[in-house]
Amino acid sequence: MTKKIEHTHPYIPNSVLEVRQEMLRDIGFENIQEILNTIPKKLRLNRSLNLPDPLPSEFDLKKHVSEILSKNKSCTEYLNFLGAGCWQHHVPAVVDEIAHRSEFVTAYAGNTYSDLGKWQTFFEFQSMMGELLEMDAVSLPTFDWGTAASFAIRMASRMNIKKEVLIPKIISPGRLSIIKNFCNTGSLSGNIDIKLIDYDPETGLIDLQDLENKLSSNTSSVYIENPSYLGTIESQGDEIARLTHNNGAELIVGIDPISLGLLTPPINYGGDIVCGEIQPLGIHMNYGGGVGGFIATRDEPRYIAEYPTHLVSITDTIDGGFGFGYCTHDRTLYAVREEGKDFTGTTVGLWTIAAAVYMALLGPNGIKEIGHTIIKRSHYAEKILSEINGIETLFSPYFFKEFVVNFDSSGKTVNDVNKFLLDHKIFGGKEIVKDFPELGQSSLYCVTEIHNQEDITRLAETLNQAIK
Amino acid sequence: MRKYHAPVWNEPIIMEMGHKGERGIAIPFIEEDIQKSTKDAKFYIPNKMIRKSPPNIPEISQPHILRHYLRLSQQTLGMALNIDLGMGTCTMKHSPLINEELVKSPYFAEIHPLQDENTTQGILEIIYKFNRYICEISGMDEFTFQPGGGALGIFTNACLIRKYHEMNNDLPERNEIITTLFSHPADAACPATAGFKIITLYPNSETGLPDIEALKAAVSKHTAGLMITNPEDTGIFNPMIDEFVKIIHEAGGLCAYDQANSNALFGITRAKEAGFDMCHFNIHKAFSSPHGCMGPACGAVGVRKELTEFLPVPIVTFDGSKYHLDNDRPNSIGKMREFMGNIETILRAYSWIMSMGPDGLRTVAETSIININYLIKKLTKIRGVTLAYPKQNIRLDQARFSLKELKDETSVGTDDVARRIVDFGVQEYFTSHHPWIVQEPFLPEPCETYSKEDIDYWAEIIRYTCEEARTNPETVKTAPHNQTIKKINTKALNDPNQWALTWRAYIKKKGKSKQEHLSP
Repeated sequence: MTKKIEHTHPYIPNSVLEVRQEMLRDIGFENIQEILNTIPKKLRLNRSLNLPDPLPSEFDLKKHVSEILSKNKSCTEYLNFLGAGCWQHHVPAVVDEIAHRSEFVTAYAGNTYSDLGKWQTFFEFQSMMGELLEMDAVSLPTFDWGTAASFAIRMASRMNIKKEVLIPKIISPGRLSIIKNFCNTGSLSGNIDIKLIDYDPETGLIDLQDLENKLSSNTSSVYIENPSYLGTIESQGDEIARLTHNNGAELIVGIDPISLGLLTPPINYGGDIVCGEIQPLGIHMNYGGGVGGFIATRDEPRYIAEYPTHLVSITDTIDGGFGFGYCTHDRTLYAVREEGKDFTGTTVGLWTIAAAVYMALLGPNGIKEIGHTIIKRSHYAEKILSEINGIETLFSPYFFKEFVVNFDSSGKTVNDVNKFLLDHKIFGGKEIVKDFPELGQSSLYCVTEIHNQEDITRLAETLNQAIK
Repeated sequence: MRKYHAPVWNEPIIMEMGHKGERGIAIPFIEEDIQKSTKDAKFYIPNKMIRKSPPNIPEISQPHILRHYLRLSQQTLGMALNIDLGMGTCTMKHSPLINEELVKSPYFAEIHPLQDENTTQGILEIIYKFNRYICEISGMDEFTFQPGGGALGIFTNACLIRKYHEMNNDLPERNEIITTLFSHPADAACPATAGFKIITLYPNSETGLPDIEALKAAVSKHTAGLMITNPEDTGIFNPMIDEFVKIIHEAGGLCAYDQANSNALFGITRAKEAGFDMCHFNIHKAFSSPHGCMGPACGAVGVRKELTEFLPVPIVTFDGSKYHLDNDRPNSIGKMREFMGNIETILRAYSWIMSMGPDGLRTVAETSIININYLIKKLTKIRGVTLAYPKQNIRLDQARFSLKELKDETSVGTDDVARRIVDFGVQEYFTSHHPWIVQEPFLPEPCETYSKEDIDYWAEIIRYTCEEARTNPETVKTAPHNQTIKKINTKALNDPNQWALTWRAYIKKKGKSKQEHLSP
């Protein structure tokens, strides 16, 4: 076969020339150009697209793309300690099987009749998240934790018509940047001012005094994370909630759901709106393409009315069975365009399905056990790293999955250390020097259930050499 | 007509499945050394933060979980299983399975987004090259793939427009975005979220196109920009689109081209020639990445050179031998989504373009155009079906029809027909976005995936259903009949005493579940 594909392509049945001609004749045209002439000439491209010659053979294509991909180093061949918002956990084979079913992969916006399985799985996601969070209202996820937090802040602002949010300084700079794009409209309407709250340099906890100073009658919401971006567990949730509520503001808490076997859900210390990241629940990292953000609240109409995202509700069928539909669809852009609550659209349906399967696999015991394994292994890693001369770990003893490692006393930079580790097939922690200059030469290490004792020992030994 | 019945498994809600003590997966055990040299987990958690009671999620063994979700997948009519050409604006095209194999590769699936760029040269190469290809397809100069969906892409464009005017000290004076009724509702909702006031141009009742005189009357010193789809959600290409752009530019605004409906445009017409400053494409639509039950998706945003400084960070650059992540862009709007976006969509789209080549892409566009105009020919022969704006005799990718005549005659409307056609083994159609100024609408889009026979069969389903509306209207109104479930009670969805977004809420509102215990 010659390289140039003439007209037929395996993906396009009607690329068969005779069929095209017949269809053209049926619609009253001799050739396609007659139709294209309805587009003014000045708007038409008067040349071929300048793109590479195609590889219509599937074998050639696979070889070509695979060769490029193989220039990557993956976390299956390197030992990875990067987290910082996208975490390496084990993805069970059952999750992969379900998340790759053609039925789910290629479905889209069908209703409850033709896509019942999709709708039921979505409802089961919301239901199991509801149990983890002990909350009655959970929405379909949005793009990521950052947009979930942004929407939560905007929900609160619409509810109490106030225009200021307090956010801890100990937050992912990427997530904060997203929140700014959603909240800081500049001098346009709807601006929500962002004020940052200090953290205690010893513990990583919210500085309550600073919070109290910054809270005012203008405060719409206080947003905290638990665990924080740097892994620390916030113990003052109830006090933060008391201060927040005394000022007539909403408390929004961002969480990592895989911690909820061990950590109490935010509703128990006064969280009003809870959001966070679903990627830990059985979704591959996919170079960051595995993230998705959820939002949950109490089941009160004043909250429900402000969700921008889709909410799947169970309902009855005329013959007494189960069916599903969108709850209060009229609040979305699909019904009322710019009068809708913010916006929604195509987000992370397949990851919602993966997360549902994952939660079902773990069950109440698995979620607790995985929490135990993560907290024990991460604290073990923290302990043996902190015993190395030249390395200090910050903010212990309360953290989950991630902790900050400081190299100041070794005289090495994080950059030096990570280069050395890389040469030994280890991805060291995320450098946080620029984002948290007050923490010196520090990096954020992530240890999950996939890191066994051997892995942690290998990291410690290699770090030991790195800082010599 | 094909005899069809959807699978009916009567699966319980998972919350009612399983048995105490069962489990779906075992977690890695903690080594003895680690067990000994660490303290009890409680020591690492502040007392107040310890979870007191386990979450009430079910305990189910692995085979039952697999069985449950396989059954639910069977009860989902994915595009791959059917003639899914009714979903206008969605471009339900074939997603090649080879691309699914590629995204499963550990060289993609097991890559962390913060790895040293020396260890991600492969994926950076794909992002960089695809960026060049989509620049060629659109005529723009640089793209970002960060937005994780079409709406987030449109919101990104709104943020870019906001940033541009902010840099020119033109805010808050320039606070109005102009859009059109037949542009996607996100073109109104997203700039509104960004703080803009929205002006919507209505279509001319003859041509279906937005009125250029109305545009001239709408522009002012407050005009920040135009956000417009073309072809709009009618399939009609606006031949004066460059005039629209010129009017906005003269008023000092920027123009964003919503290219969600781009499937019929490959190699034929581009954002650049129409004069646009920016555009967005849905990679999960025209570029073949699967829809995934609503994502993960990508609203790829492209801009012309003058605006590249504002794009989200990082941008992938190439120095002739290596690919880099450029974060040092002081005028960037920052992040629209964490990390790089849903790059799995870009990997698939890269592979798809490499399979198609320039001629193949042109064939995609031409086939879309032939298919929709062929379908129009078929559907307009059906009594009760009319084409909206019939004086426009050409549609590019989709067409808006009306069943008003059918409804007037039979009281069967478009929602009923949408619910009935699923009884014949095809996905429902998309009616249209609101408001329905074309009454009782439906909006099919037979993209290049569908054969002549597919289109003939789909048109036959519509003909059959319209006929049935006359002979046996109750059958249509009470549909579906061959689907997994019967018609639902939609009132409950808007009633706080009845809606239930979680099983725990359902139990609270309804008391114990009515469902009888089914054998597994």
